[in-house]
Amino acid sequence: MFQILLFIAVLAATGWFAAKGYGRVWRNIHLGKAEKTEGNAAERWQNVLLVAFGQRKMFKNWLPAVLHLFIYVAFVITQIELIEILVDGLTGNHRFFAPYLGGVYTFVISFIEILSVLAFVATVAFLARRNLLQVPRFRKPELNGWPALDANLILLGEIILIIGIFSMNGADQVLQARGVEHYGPTGAFAVSSLLGPGLFAGLSDGTLIAVERFGWWLHIFTVFGFLCYLPYSKHLHILLAFPNTWYARLSPKGEIANMPDVQKEVRIMMGLEQPDPNAPNDLPEFGANDVFSLSWKNLLQAYSCTECGRCTAACPANITGKKLSPRKVMMDVRDRAEEVGAAIASGAQTREYYSDGKSLFDYISPEELHACTTCNACVEACPVLINPLDIIVQLRRYEILTLSAGPTDWLPLFNAIENNGAAWAMSEEREGWRNQF
Amino acid sequence: MYAKTIAELQSEGRTPEILFWVGCAGSFDARAQKVTKALCEILNHVGVEFAILGNEERCTGDPARRAGNEFLFQMTAMMNIETLNMYGVKKIVAACPHCFNVLKNEYPALGGNYEVVHHTQLLQELIQSGRLKLKEGGSFAGKRITYHDSCYLGRANDVYEAPRALLETLDGELVEMKRSRKNGLCCGAGGAQMWKEDESGDKRINIERIEEALGTNPDIVAANCPFCITMLQDGLKAKEKNESVMVYDLSEMILQRL
Repeated sequence: MFQILLFIAVLAATGWFAAKGYGRVWRNIHLGKAEKTEGNAAERWQNVLLVAFGQRKMFKNWLPAVLHLFIYVAFVITQIELIEILVDGLTGNHRFFAPYLGGVYTFVISFIEILSVLAFVATVAFLARRNLLQVPRFRKPELNGWPALDANLILLGEIILIIGIFSMNGADQVLQARGVEHYGPTGAFAVSSLLGPGLFAGLSDGTLIAVERFGWWLHIFTVFGFLCYLPYSKHLHILLAFPNTWYARLSPKGEIANMPDVQKEVRIMMGLEQPDPNAPNDLPEFGANDVFSLSWKNLLQAYSCTECGRCTAACPANITGKKLSPRKVMMDVRDRAEEVGAAIASGAQTREYYSDGKSLFDYISPEELHACTTCNACVEACPVLINPLDIIVQLRRYEILTLSAGPTDWLPLFNAIENNGAAWAMSEEREGWRNQF
Repeated sequence: MYAKTIAELQSEGRTPEILFWVGCAGSFDARAQKVTKALCEILNHVGVEFAILGNEERCTGDPARRAGNEFLFQMTAMMNIETLNMYGVKKIVAACPHCFNVLKNEYPALGGNYEVVHHTQLLQELIQSGRLKLKEGGSFAGKRITYHDSCYLGRANDVYEAPRALLETLDGELVEMKRSRKNGLCCGAGGAQMWKEDESGDKRINIERIEEALGTNPDIVAANCPFCITMLQDGLKAKEKNESVMVYDLSEMILQRL
């Protein structure tokens, strides 16, 4: 009875903390501007199925892809076990489904155990890769401090989870063999039927029950802790990858989003359209300088980023030592959304009149923006269809159109296009080349 | 070689099969002019009736838009669309992947709807349909050729096969770089970088790319973009390899086999 009450208390606390954390992320994402979702739903479902669920883009590099797949499949399949844990926790049953499912139950738990072993191997490999090997994309300055710790905490959490599963199942197998009451037969589980007797054979019944309960609670505490921790972690990608792939743009990568408001202004200027007499007189701002002027989809992408750095590893500017890192752009956008969201939540600021004297330009420098070649390598590299280039272009637009700033090298280019209709100011005629041949 | 403007052609009462979008580089840059000429000669040889806009063509606005200058992009784009629509243009071939991308993907939102192909696609089409026949033998047999995917033909528009199919017809030995197709490395010119100094860093992007190309030990680096050609050529000069390794546009290579 005590365990049931404790479980209900833990469950309620988890619900409260989770609602708080996910609510915060939801509100922060919706700091962004509205953007319509256009195009074919079938194609969007295909992205969700192949890219998020099927992890297709991970397999550009098969070794990390396979290791990642172990953890991912173990995570997804373990959710089946979680249903039973919830039932058992609330009713005081032990292995509620075992008598009903019989051999199927043994098979499912065995399957989870084998996946857990694979996930354990992968987790250890990932810890080693992050902390011992010199993988360049894990050694970039934007990962210093919290991001590096966050990644290790997640991996440690996975190891704790696996320890929980095997102490629970291992002790259970021994208790069953001894015919201890409450521990009904489940059949031999693939891993713990060997691991349990090997580790726990010498222990008394009482100690075994304690080990089993310890494993059970460790498992569920870690799962609940994970759930509450996710909205504060880069690991949120395990949930947001799915909506993010659904909302990803379907247009060719080369197409830069049109700006209908600028189009309208230019059409009026060229006499192709009449100005709207009711239009407000204040000068609009063009491009983006803060989370409010980005699309909510840009912010969803920022929260979907798990900081793997495949974008940065593919970025020609970053490869050649420039400051630009597409991953940092995504992290900066998320961090700014966090800052703005916190100020609004605390009542210090309101969304309508937000002004803290800062903007995204306090996070992302012009030098970074100016290094981009718009080559789309970062967009291609992202396993969950994040588009850092879209944000870079919107910030460049703000710099040029609203601040009238930007590289001075570009002034002759702009003047030439405006006055000569060509990218260079030339004295000869455009069709002059015909006479040379 | 001849290339008539669409105005000249229409005054003779003729309509071109296709409009050749020459682009700023193709019109003014000495190296890119050779590509312009090569493509015209091939089209003349095949008997494709094409026209250019001539002095009525303007920059498509690609570098302006990517630099962030949307006003300038909209202005130059609308002027081009007015011209193209006035002449009733239906199909366009561009020898520059930046022009190709803007015409194909970005003009429709502004009221410019055309069938747009890159010149490597057109040449491939002409060979496949049997209209363009290449001479047997020639100077590419036994030559090692590496192909540089431009970002705006490759990743931006997923055109990877047509240029490679062209290379195959040339009998050279195609040696791929590690970073090719979807994973191709930029030459460093896109996003209006062509018109500005690099931001500070360890290396220029074109050097990084030409080092990779030279790693395949090529005789020829084949490209499909006037800006890539400039960047790769500059890279070769910096590596003092510009005597031993050639950078060619695919149309120049086809021309050698007419």
